[in-house]
Amino acid sequence: MMLQAAPNPLMKVENLVVEYSVGGKTIHAVSDVSLEIARGETLGLVGESGCGKSTLGRAVLQLRQAVSGKVLFDGHDLTTLKGEALRQMRRRVQLIFQDPIASLNPRRRIGDIVAEPLVIAGVKDPEERKRRVTEVLSAVGLDPALVSGRLPHEFSGGQCQRICIARSLVLNPEFVICDEPVSALDVSIRAQILNLLEEMKARYGLTLLFIAHDLAVVKAVSDRVAVMYLGRLCEVGPSEQLFARPAHPYTALLIEAIPVPDPDVRPTQSVPVGEPPSPIAPPSGCRFRTRCPRADARCASEVPELRVVAPGQFAACHHPLV
Amino acid sequence: MSSALLSVENAVVDLPTPRGNLRAVDHVDLAVGAGRTLGIVGESGCGKTMLSRAILQLLPKKAKLSGRVMFDGQDLTRLPAEKLRKLRGRSLAVVFQDPMTSLNPVLTIGTQLIETIQEHLELDLAQARQRSIELLAAVGIPAPEQRLAQYPHQLSGGMRQRVAIAVALSCEPQLLIADEPTTALDVTIQAQILDLLAREQQRRHMAMIIITHDLGVVAGRTDEVAVMYAGRVVERAPTPALFKQMRMPYTEALLAALPKLDVAPHTPLPAISGRPPDPTRPLKGCSFSPRCRYSAERCGTEKPQLSTAETPEHLYACFHPIAARVGA
Ligand SMILES: Nc1ncnc2c1ncn2[C@@H]1O[C@H](COP(=O)(O)OP(=O)(O)OP(=O)(O)O)[C@@H](O)[C@H]1O
Ligand SMILES: Nc1ncnc2c1ncn2[C@@H]1O[C@H](COP(=O)(O)OP(=O)(O)O)[C@@H](O)[C@H]1O
Ligand code: SF4
Ligand code: SF4
Ligand SMILES: [Mg+2]
Ligand SMILES: [Mg+2]
Repeated sequence: MMLQAAPNPLMKVENLVVEYSVGGKTIHAVSDVSLEIARGETLGLVGESGCGKSTLGRAVLQLRQAVSGKVLFDGHDLTTLKGEALRQMRRRVQLIFQDPIASLNPRRRIGDIVAEPLVIAGVKDPEERKRRVTEVLSAVGLDPALVSGRLPHEFSGGQCQRICIARSLVLNPEFVICDEPVSALDVSIRAQILNLLEEMKARYGLTLLFIAHDLAVVKAVSDRVAVMYLGRLCEVGPSEQLFARPAHPYTALLIEAIPVPDPDVRPTQSVPVGEPPSPIAPPSGCRFRTRCPRADARCASEVPELRVVAPGQFAACHHPLV
Repeated sequence: MSSALLSVENAVVDLPTPRGNLRAVDHVDLAVGAGRTLGIVGESGCGKTMLSRAILQLLPKKAKLSGRVMFDGQDLTRLPAEKLRKLRGRSLAVVFQDPMTSLNPVLTIGTQLIETIQEHLELDLAQARQRSIELLAAVGIPAPEQRLAQYPHQLSGGMRQRVAIAVALSCEPQLLIADEPTTALDVTIQAQILDLLAREQQRRHMAMIIITHDLGVVAGRTDEVAVMYAGRVVERAPTPALFKQMRMPYTEALLAALPKLDVAPHTPLPAISGRPPDPTRPLKGCSFSPRCRYSAERCGTEKPQLSTAETPEHLYACFHPIAARVGA
């Protein structure tokens, strides 16, 4: 597929399929998704709840086994690596979770929580571990002397997210998947954490996959954005271009639905588009067709492939807007 | 003020906690008239929910409320429990952030709607059932007849919130309080639910209070906005005035911190540093002073009171309001 982000992408996902089976039924969580992320780039991934964003992230990290497809990290296919080789590769890829408070063990002290990846990676020297922990805690804006001995419940949601970010950075990873890192946070704290992620990216030379359901949040930090709907990719393109000229009707709907903080912009009466259908029995053809104002017979019979609609911009739609 | 359907006068809510007294709501005055929508905006923990519970007389048992809550000519804080119960559900309705708080998980949608309707209106079973189907259709639930037999857990989050709204609207309330009705929902569903609320509010000439932490949600959908910080209303104005001539540094900071679609990627966000004060350790001066970029000496020692700007409808509590400084 023509999704070349750069000649030598750090992360390349090819035709990834992930399914869950529940009560004898198959949930099509991720269906035939391909993506590339260039070294030093932030790729934003947006879509509504349940569309498969977290599943994709977990499958990339090999926390969930894919049914088929490849995950090439720096040229190595993670889906075929095992044991020590996989562990070595995993050190270079880290994950920050959606719910900062729930992802910290309530009975362990902050210093130990942040040091844990070092222990697992086999860093034996306690002095070396302490040095790394002190460094990353300071980097995320916490005072190591003040926080190391305390327990997670003594911290606010925003501070817990700082701790999670510190933990994800302690092994010096190259690639970090941020799964809705600010969704659970208030407007004011959200801005602090987004700025922190940008700083960390610059300081440690990171490549990011940034997952969120809020388009404005995604745009703030992403070079390119991928839009997902019910397990499939709808559109991928450079952030500014995608927001200025969305090609996929679903991207347009998402943009229109954002509440604008300006009283002169009367909210357009949203099209009564209903809710996403079940991923157990996704619609035939284009999965968005049951909510799409442009759908026709072809959309029901033929799965739209991702095609170039503008330089660097790709959409999977039979009747794109551009 | 006198023509308002609801007026909250000098409301204070105190909660005893192991760390000492927590003042969740601190001398709040508000009013909303029939057919009008008031937005209440503020960060989590600033007292929005406690204020709405104080209006509904649904505070935790240990909470202490003082002040008056005048609704349709009577003071709700003095009403006997039985009368209050009748009023809630009939004239005063509420929709919570988590629809499961409003819905009973072990009863079908139909039972919940029909029981609420029959408790407050004199309709027989067949009429109440018919009314329920109409309501579900009105809130945009497809195949409403079949839904009557379903349980809340069989519906998606967006559908559940629609059902909770249907239950709230079932007895034609005069006032609807929606406490973060869309915070748990996706943007596309959020837009649909907010449209639904606006449509029903106009059709029924209801008074409505929308509580949210997102200034974007109130901008196009309210007549007036009250901004809360640390238990107090710090700015209150007709919606256009609030956005065009905001006076309070906190309101300005809250708006600036929102990521915006017309800003280029990788532009640092003007974040508000720090976080709100511990509500059991109230500050002597302005509660926002540790985070305020305009804070000056007086801000740390004296509490600014709500006072009027150039129009009587625009109130703010700040020693160094924004427009004054721009002029200087
Ligand atoms: N462990 C699991 N077992 C069964 N089904 C699952 C499991 N995890 C996720 N699913 C289902 O797979 C689909 C994709 O879920 P996923 O969590 O990846 O979505 P998401 O886009 O991250 O959503 P959100 O925005 O709510 O986090 C959903 O239908 C979900 O219900
Ligand atoms: N049941 C309770 N007991 C003690 N304190 C509470 C209780 N509920 C809320 N609070 C406290 O009261 C303050 C206001 O809370 P709340 O009204 O829920 O805020 P908001 O709705 O604006 O997020 C917060 O400091 C909160 O921790
Ligand atoms: S392929 Fe058809 S249904 Fe799908 S988004 Fe395009 S127009 Fe709509
Ligand atoms: S009173 Fe002072 S500290 Fe408070 S908001 Fe105004 S300028 Fe800032
Ligand atoms: Mg998720
Ligand atoms: Mg609340």
